[in-house]
Amino acid sequence: MTALLRTEGVRKAYGGVRALDSCTVEVDEGSVAGLIGPNGSGKTTLFNVITGYAKADAGHVYLGDARITNVPPDRVFALGIGRTFQLTRIFASLTVLENMLVASPNGHAAARRRAMEQLEFVGIAGHHAALAGTLSYGQRKLLELAYVLVADPAVVLLDEPAGGVNLSLVNTIADRIRELNAAGKTFLIVEHNMEFVMGLCDRVTVLDSGSVVAAGPPAIIRTDRRVLNAYLGEDLPDDDPHPEERP
Amino acid sequence: MRPVMRTVLGAESGRQHALAGLALVLLTVAAVVFPLVFSSPVVTNYAIYALIFVAVGSAWNAFSGFSGYISLGHAVFFGSGAYTVGIAARDWHVNGDAVFALLPLAAVAGALIAVPFGLVALRVRRHTFIVITIAVFFIFQLMAANFSFTGGSVGVSAPFLPWTPVSFNDHFYYITLGCAVVAIAVAASVRRSRFGLQLRAIRDDEDRARGLGVRTMRVKLTAFVLSAAVAGLVGGVWFLYLTQVQPPSGFDPLFDLSLVLMSFLGGLGTVSGPVLGALIVEPGQLYLTIRYTNGYVSEILLGALLLVVVLFVPRGLIPTASEWIKGMRTRGQPAVAPASQRAPSLPGLRSEELATSDEGRQRLKGARRRAGRIN
Repeated sequence: MTALLRTEGVRKAYGGVRALDSCTVEVDEGSVAGLIGPNGSGKTTLFNVITGYAKADAGHVYLGDARITNVPPDRVFALGIGRTFQLTRIFASLTVLENMLVASPNGHAAARRRAMEQLEFVGIAGHHAALAGTLSYGQRKLLELAYVLVADPAVVLLDEPAGGVNLSLVNTIADRIRELNAAGKTFLIVEHNMEFVMGLCDRVTVLDSGSVVAAGPPAIIRTDRRVLNAYLGEDLPDDDPHPEERP
Repeated sequence: MRPVMRTVLGAESGRQHALAGLALVLLTVAAVVFPLVFSSPVVTNYAIYALIFVAVGSAWNAFSGFSGYISLGHAVFFGSGAYTVGIAARDWHVNGDAVFALLPLAAVAGALIAVPFGLVALRVRRHTFIVITIAVFFIFQLMAANFSFTGGSVGVSAPFLPWTPVSFNDHFYYITLGCAVVAIAVAASVRRSRFGLQLRAIRDDEDRARGLGVRTMRVKLTAFVLSAAVAGLVGGVWFLYLTQVQPPSGFDPLFDLSLVLMSFLGGLGTVSGPVLGALIVEPGQLYLTIRYTNGYVSEILLGALLLVVVLFVPRGLIPTASEWIKGMRTRGQPAVAPASQRAPSLPGLRSEELATSDEGRQRLKGARRRAGRIN
């Protein structure tokens, strides 16, 4: 497989805080890649840099062979990268169908048809005339996924798709991702739900303090000591002030 | 398109459209025969001012109402349109009816000013945008008062129009009615278009809209320029009706506050809201100005009304009324229809396939079994 999306040595700092430090991540074409790490490890910042919401201080982002470093978000989307947000960002005063049409690149009738197909695909077509602001949190997650898909992006970046939704909906979202992936869609997923990530992803990259500490198949990542260190802090120095609280 | 989908998309509001169409026809007839029924110049004067504000309010709303960028600088375009017609008529010695041929220039002036204005102001959002529009407004007012080609504090006078006092108002009534129709048509077209959808998406979450491929600066600037062109055109008509323009009248700070009040009162971001707001506020304001000649009563009441609207009807009369009617219609109904009354729908499978495909039958069976367990 070839890498469809690639970041090379990306650095990003907010003031004195280094959010990303020489971060290199590869997402193979047609794969479902996972991006995990403790809170504050730089996962969402990396998403922001890839999609143009934040400018990289150094390093590059590639989509295929094209360098898309610091390209504005509208252009990134047009080039074929769609993303969702950790906290859903829908257009609350528009109807569900209108939300879909915002991202649609097609003509009127074709766009509505495709939008309805996507809504049916995620299971909320019955709400197409409702204001998006009246949807439940889980339905908003599905709507966000649907309207990113409506423009048929080559790569879909999902920021915590299973966060804050019930188990049934988590399974629904996982099923939809599998179906889309089977049809050739490439995914990069940030998620804290390890069961979700390990069951879905072909390859997982682990970030800690803005740097990649491990990358590989889920079975290897699951037992990688560096990953456990990143999450559990096992390699604490001897002068840990609260050693008795550690397992 | 599949039949099920066509039914869902097509038959949403046929009855509402028919009612709206009927109301539109009645309104058009009433508007056309108005000066024939009320021939007094005092009454037609009220109507002309109301129509001027219907037109400018609709233009303002096509940008500010849809995008959420509240402009307090539209008097810049209105006044510039007025000055453009006046200066062009004076310098090119245009007289009589021919002066109306200069009106497109007023629209062009508004649009041309809006380009650099928008390129600067639209880089920022919310209160910062509002402050910039106010600043630009005062720059234009000062320029009009101090440049010699604008006539300084004396301003510019319009050429004489060879019409009788009665026909003068009737002519202007139909001209301003035409402007109002054009402005409403522009606002309605924007509202229904993909461009309008993008503007409303910007109002809700501009950064998210960018991430979905909306070229936000281009969309905002286009709406700003379009709105400014209509405001400029109407400013030109207003100048010819009033026969003169001076810095305080052409660039009047109350002008933009009136536009804001009209749109908020009627319903910000709706096509009919600013129309209703203008038809209520402008005649009222005019009446108070004439009734209380000593000054500021109309301004005080205008401010008080703005407070009342923002506090008690923040969404405006039309959205509030339609919500109330909808509430009355659906009173007592559950938020979600009982499962037995809902069209079956399972993720990943289209409704019409549920009943016909083997997989559909299996999944429905499974869903019903699970539902049975829950119950």
